[in-house]
Amino acid sequence: MHFSRKSLGIPYAVFLLLFVIAPLLVLFYYAFTDGSGQFTLTNLTGFFMNPNTMGTMVYSFALATVTTVVCVALAYPLSYILATSRIKSKTLVIMIFVMPMWINFSLRITAMKEILSAIEGNLAMHPFLNAVIGMTYDFLPFMILPIYTAIAKLDPAYLEAAEDLGANPRSAFFKVTLPLSMPGVISGVMMVFLPAMTNYVVLDMLYNSTYIMGSLIGSYFAAYNWHGGSMIALILLGIICLFTYLSDTREDASARGGAVL
Amino acid sequence: MSKYSMSEVGSRKKSSSVVRAVFFVFMLLVLYMPILILALYSFTDATNIGATPSFTLRNYHTLFTSEDLRTMIIGTLSLAVGSSVIATILGTMGAIGAFYSKNRMRRAIASMNQIPVVNADVVTGFSVCVLLVVVLGINKETYIPLVIGHVVLSAPFVYLSVLPKLKQMDPSLYEAALDLGATPFCALRQVVLPQLMSGIVSGFGLAITLSLDDYFIATYTKPATFNTISTYVVNATKGSNTTIKTALWALSTVIFLIVLLIVIIGNLRTRRRELRREE
Repeated sequence: MHFSRKSLGIPYAVFLLLFVIAPLLVLFYYAFTDGSGQFTLTNLTGFFMNPNTMGTMVYSFALATVTTVVCVALAYPLSYILATSRIKSKTLVIMIFVMPMWINFSLRITAMKEILSAIEGNLAMHPFLNAVIGMTYDFLPFMILPIYTAIAKLDPAYLEAAEDLGANPRSAFFKVTLPLSMPGVISGVMMVFLPAMTNYVVLDMLYNSTYIMGSLIGSYFAAYNWHGGSMIALILLGIICLFTYLSDTREDASARGGAVL
Repeated sequence: MSKYSMSEVGSRKKSSSVVRAVFFVFMLLVLYMPILILALYSFTDATNIGATPSFTLRNYHTLFTSEDLRTMIIGTLSLAVGSSVIATILGTMGAIGAFYSKNRMRRAIASMNQIPVVNADVVTGFSVCVLLVVVLGINKETYIPLVIGHVVLSAPFVYLSVLPKLKQMDPSLYEAALDLGATPFCALRQVVLPQLMSGIVSGFGLAITLSLDDYFIATYTKPATFNTISTYVVNATKGSNTTIKTALWALSTVIFLIVLLIVIIGNLRTRRRELRREE
């Protein structure tokens, strides 16, 4: 039998077609049909006309935005400090900050829940604040890692050049370091924003009964309503595509900017 | 590249070093305080943080003797290892195949591979469930949907960690092996594969981590009575069983210690390798 290196990719290509592409096509089918298999737009209009589901959408966006902003606000200074510090074993230090990622998230949220209960007494008093704290605690390592990598691989010659050309440290930071580390920030945002819109278990565990986009899928799943659930999944997929598209164009732009430099 | 590193930039600004250190310590506390406080309380009889506790190993006794917990831990680990082995084989073959394929095929595999990476776990889990369970009628009790779901989750990351190793590899090695009489399969196994090993190992590690941390794909595809650590913990927090609740504090502590040990060993090994290289 003739052996070819190319043919090694076939099983994986088939696997992806069957279990990644086909499920998405099935989502499309279910989202635009009703129980009897008839084409319908009610799942779509039902989502955008219902004040409850629109409220859920707004709440998810608000929660994800605040969580992402808090994550950037904490991760950027930390990554900058780590990348520019004189510590010798930097890999060890970055490992220390990424290590919580390897402890199961449900156990970490349990820990945070116990602490918050001890501080606040009743978790139901500050549902939004607790959700932000829980999600930040869960997702922070995913923001630290890409930002740190972006700053650490930055060529300091740019900063020397900025200094030689008369820039003070502050303007060198805002005009050189910050723009050049933006790709790291963007991939961090991609890693945090979507999970923050969909990871409803964090809210459940912190006794926040407000729905986010992920909870809608969970409740449709529990009610065996595949059509409604597929529509929510499809809307989330649309948001993901939009984000990926936006970050790609940003990256292209910054790559071009880098080429000019 | 400049001969200076980014570290030189920081060392120039000595005035802000106190602020930097304070922030650094603050972040360490934020990340580790909850885990460490829980670890402390896991050695006591307290059922909530803040109570005045007295020392006991009861939680650890429950953790290592409870049938329920043992089944859950073994189940989670078996699923992680099983799905990661499949994901590593598929992802590695996919990366090798795609790398040597024509542009169009390579791009097709790369784009399909990117979908589970950027997709939300809720969507991945739900879509796999709808196709396999609802449309194809596969029984969840067979574990097939669960294992496939976890392979979908982790194989793309194996692919992504093997691909850079293929790009770094010297292409003439494979040609040389062929010239020296090796069959293509033999050359691949004895020349190419060893070069990819570090990528394959880190891909396998990633696959294990993803499987262990997953909640959503498991919830949508698992058999009714099977539990992974995440689904178990989430159910336990909703229940009122304090024995299980505090035994999970012990579990959290044990996992923390295992991860810490792995990080320390990994760090020592890289340092030893660096030292050897300097000699």
